[in-house]
Amino acid sequence: MTLVGWLQIAAVLVAVLVAARPLGFYMARVVQGERTFLSPYLTRVERVFYNASGINPEKEQSWLAYTLAMLVFNGVGFLSLYALMRLQAFLPLNPQKFGGVAPDLAYNTAVSFVTNTNWQAYSGETTMSHLVQIAGLTVHNFLSAATGIALAIAMTRAFARSSVTTLGNFWVDMNRTTLYVLLPLSVLLALAFALSGVPQTLSASVDATTLEGIKQTISLGPVASQEAIKQLGTNGGGFFNANAAHPFENPNAWSNILSIWSMLLVSTALTFTFGRMVGDIRQGTVLLIAMWSLLIAAVGIAYWAETSGNPLLVQAGVNAAGGNMEGKEVRFGQAMTALYVAVTTGLSCGAVNAMHNSLTPLGGVVPLFLIQLGEILPGGTGSGLYGMLVMAIITVFIAGLMVGRTPEYLGKKIEAREMKLAMLAVLVLPLVILSFTAVSAVLPTALESLANSGPRGLTELLYAYSSAAGNNGSAFAGLNVNTPWFNTTLGITMMLGRFAYVIPVMAIAGSLAAKKKVPASPGTFPTRSPLFVSLLVGVILILGGLQYFPALALGPIVEHLLMNAGKTF
Amino acid sequence: MSKATTPPLFEAALVRQAVVDAFVKLAPGKLVRKPVMFVTGVVATLVTLLYVRDLVAHRAGLLFTGQIAAWLWFTVLFANFAEAIAEGRGKAQADALRRTRSDTPAKLLLHPDDSKDDLWEPKHALELQVGDVVLVEAGDTIPADGEVIEGIASVNESAVTGESAPVIRESGGDRSAVTGGTVVLSDWIKVRVTAAAGSSFLDRMIALVEGAERQKTPNELALSILLSGMTLIFLIAVTTLWGFAGYSGTTLSLTVLVALLVTLIPTTIGGLLSAIGIAGMDRLIRFNVVATSGRAVEAAGDVDVLLLDKTGTITYGNRLATEFIPAPGATANDVAAAALLASLADETPEGRSIVALAKGTYAQAEPVGAAKALFVPFSAQTRISGIDVDGRSIRKGAVDAVLKLVGTTIADAPRIFREAVEGISRSGGTPLAVTEGGSLLGVIHLKDVVKPDIKERFAALRSMGIKTVMVTGDNPITAAAIASEAGVDDYIAEATPQDKLAYIKAEQAKGRLIAMCGDGTNDAPALAQADVGVAMQTGTQAAREAGNMVDLDSNPTKLIEVTQIGKQLLMTRGSLTTFSIANDVAKYFAIIPALFLVTYPELAALNVMHLGNPQSAILSAVVFNALIIIALVPLALKGIAYRSVGAAALLRRNLLIYGVGGLLVPFIGIKIIDMIVIALHLA
Repeated sequence: MTLVGWLQIAAVLVAVLVAARPLGFYMARVVQGERTFLSPYLTRVERVFYNASGINPEKEQSWLAYTLAMLVFNGVGFLSLYALMRLQAFLPLNPQKFGGVAPDLAYNTAVSFVTNTNWQAYSGETTMSHLVQIAGLTVHNFLSAATGIALAIAMTRAFARSSVTTLGNFWVDMNRTTLYVLLPLSVLLALAFALSGVPQTLSASVDATTLEGIKQTISLGPVASQEAIKQLGTNGGGFFNANAAHPFENPNAWSNILSIWSMLLVSTALTFTFGRMVGDIRQGTVLLIAMWSLLIAAVGIAYWAETSGNPLLVQAGVNAAGGNMEGKEVRFGQAMTALYVAVTTGLSCGAVNAMHNSLTPLGGVVPLFLIQLGEILPGGTGSGLYGMLVMAIITVFIAGLMVGRTPEYLGKKIEAREMKLAMLAVLVLPLVILSFTAVSAVLPTALESLANSGPRGLTELLYAYSSAAGNNGSAFAGLNVNTPWFNTTLGITMMLGRFAYVIPVMAIAGSLAAKKKVPASPGTFPTRSPLFVSLLVGVILILGGLQYFPALALGPIVEHLLMNAGKTF
Repeated sequence: MSKATTPPLFEAALVRQAVVDAFVKLAPGKLVRKPVMFVTGVVATLVTLLYVRDLVAHRAGLLFTGQIAAWLWFTVLFANFAEAIAEGRGKAQADALRRTRSDTPAKLLLHPDDSKDDLWEPKHALELQVGDVVLVEAGDTIPADGEVIEGIASVNESAVTGESAPVIRESGGDRSAVTGGTVVLSDWIKVRVTAAAGSSFLDRMIALVEGAERQKTPNELALSILLSGMTLIFLIAVTTLWGFAGYSGTTLSLTVLVALLVTLIPTTIGGLLSAIGIAGMDRLIRFNVVATSGRAVEAAGDVDVLLLDKTGTITYGNRLATEFIPAPGATANDVAAAALLASLADETPEGRSIVALAKGTYAQAEPVGAAKALFVPFSAQTRISGIDVDGRSIRKGAVDAVLKLVGTTIADAPRIFREAVEGISRSGGTPLAVTEGGSLLGVIHLKDVVKPDIKERFAALRSMGIKTVMVTGDNPITAAAIASEAGVDDYIAEATPQDKLAYIKAEQAKGRLIAMCGDGTNDAPALAQADVGVAMQTGTQAAREAGNMVDLDSNPTKLIEVTQIGKQLLMTRGSLTTFSIANDVAKYFAIIPALFLVTYPELAALNVMHLGNPQSAILSAVVFNALIIIALVPLALKGIAYRSVGAAALLRRNLLIYGVGGLLVPFIGIKIIDMIVIALHLA
């Protein structure tokens, strides 16, 4: 670790904060239907949608109607994306003449993009036509991100409002989020990426002659535009298989910083939106501090573990000065790789600029554990905020009684119904992650896909299901997941990780919105103090740690100990 | 804290009974009410079966499996014991109550409508119906809860209140309610039965203190859901561990997986939860307050606003006359003489103090001929009392009421009179106007003495976020003066029962929880509306039905302690939950390396406690898990220390003790147990 490295990390984080605060307040104005500087241009566009679809933007929905609208919308999205992939051979914009995508892979990919996971069991440049990339995958990069934001806004309204039955209108929230926030931001970002050297073209490839005189075909395509929303919407699905380690997706240090900045932007901004909407910005800031302090700690661990390197390689005579550089890009360096690794997994983005499978065992624990903590640090666009709010509710419930009052959060009493729903939600992740990993760990068909045996193999399995359940989408690699078993089970995992989680969360929102807001007093459990931050962090760590400690102990932790003991497998 | 008796926590007889009950409570039907303990019971059965199988098959490792099975059963038994001992303490009180109820003979009046016909037939108390009218004479035990419809009697209510001084019960007014099981000492009363056998006040009290009808309170229910959810999560974590172990080439026995599961699921709080709830109710009862539901105790902890009657709570209640101030055209002695006459029939402390002052300092003689006088009694509506004698018509009462009577207003009153009234009010006193024949005579200065320590108590409440509101019949100026002297946050002056109700509704609309106490029938709507309504035992049946707590001592000051007991209950629950969850960290460090040491010797690095061997590590964690329940029983029963500091300070303190403590204690505890286990060659 170097001071310069830390200064780079700090600079990126400060740049995020500087932009996130105004963006958050802007988003609050957008979703509350207030005038913004874009209103003169976009109000008419917005109205076209309402007129065409017959939706009354003034009519608000109950939590159930809101959730059903979200499910129907995503269901239709899933089916059309599936059809698009299956039929791509008969559709235009297919210069490489790819055949239709296999059923299990099409199913897996459709789920993956609808759920904002962007798990890719395929190589984009050799499987998907340009039409699928643009009209299918990129569109869903917008829609899945907007869905997350809409749900987070609905949850925020539950705390902001008192004694109401409605949480807003799903269609309006989707429409405004996409039009006023995601589209303009991604246009700007795509330009910035193009400026930094990311290609944006509709031609399929260029031919090059290598130094050895061999002819080489290099894939191309509309990369910059997809890159922008991939990062902004914490989707993470790369145009290329190598994702952000590919020189066309992420050519230089500048594009790397831009990637990290744009990943963190919206989720960070949403905490300010939350604070503004509930009428106490500090309530949002407290959540942000909790998210970021864990994130920064994770960056530190990854940075330290990677720069410490692998003692076995040092013994073998590898220069130890750079630390563990296996699977990393020299143009990014250790600090920016560590930051990328932590941010992309703390965020449920899943874009990668290094091979996670090449991380040292402890360095590899960081992305894995960040995903398992529920993708809340600061989490996916929207999903991070509502996930964090569920953790805050549980924290308040466990510790809130200690001040001698029944638990309340932001003036809303947390009672049996909320607890039931919150437990339903938090059960989803361990259930799917641990069950599918355990079954795969003893299932011969699944084990055939493993590139490594021993603890590393277990880590690969665990990572795949964690990544799918957390809707992260990054791969540890080393595991051939394009098999019917993995495509199917990972598809189920992604679906449950998104929708089985969010339905109870929305039910909590409905129940909280209906409650009266209790005014705060000196006797109220303090949720805007540093003490609450440490409590929240503690509960997240202990709950998450308790669930996954046995699995982690048998995977990366024992691997680390084996490595230090000089054992390989 | 009048009769808050604290018997020793573990009386020998109670403990003996609790040990028996702990086994009775193993019945699956009873255990299923506590999900965490139910799971523990199920896996304990499983391990026992394994032990029997191994015993029959002469397999190795019998000592280990046997010990694990035994300690799992101890875990359940200790939790049952905690609940049983909490119930036992209540039961002792219930038995005393029950003795008074058993089969009282009743005299059922055959013609209750005819007040001259006292014909009655003997009945058993248990046969009485609601609406029956019974005659209760000196020496009889009142057979059921009811309302006095005729007569007056002195009643010994020590069976319910513990207070042996008799109280007067009479028809009409606020002293008409009688409780079954209490004894008429003198005279007779006719009582209309208001509660059938089995649902009387005494019956409900018995059921409550026994915990027989105990239902989970809302917060307890929510907490049980959290605990069940966590149990499920750990069930998943442990079950899937079997798969991970299989991958890693380790075969885990069911016994060690069960051991891991039981140490992880929140057995500590799961085992103590009901004991904490029962003990909370019990603390209230020892404080001579009976809550009609556990929900009310919880609500008491949440209260934001206390409506306190000024009299008796904030001030001593006996306002004493200290001065007579004449209006123009009268002398102080005129006022004294008139006030003396008007107060002759006034048996209130104020009335008596006026008589005493007039006879003493003002040297007035005992008036003659008062026997022929017509007394006008005080009423809450007129707020005036007085006397008509020898053609004189003297009235005294609240200044505005008297001014209205003489047809003027305070603005039009003579300057001296006005200044006297304002001066008295400003000083916190109460002015009473005296009038004779339509002209103002003067003012009586009643002094209301604020209790000496009350201001500090209100400050403490304020730091806890509780707003205190003084309710008084005084005029606004008087009320403001006393309010500032006592340090309350708000006051309702010239309060009528309707004002109280309106105030409660307005505060509730803002999301606040209100506690109040009251005794009169006209308090009933407000008592029912309040989130915590403490009715006085001396109050009317209507008030007692409306409130959700009854104060057997009829001491309105207790409202403050009731909220503290509620808070203490919630704090105990929260602290032990935090403690229980924090405990798990150490247990992982004990068990996980032990499970996989054979496959991965390197995992010994996680054995930070340096436990002797894998079996002793697992056994020690299970033993610690069981013993911590027993160790925390006294805390669960007594409740954790309560301090009147703000929420932030309370949280910091409790988090430090139970959160950080919960992380550290098991590391030490498991290590010590491990050393003993190794020394005794138990594993």
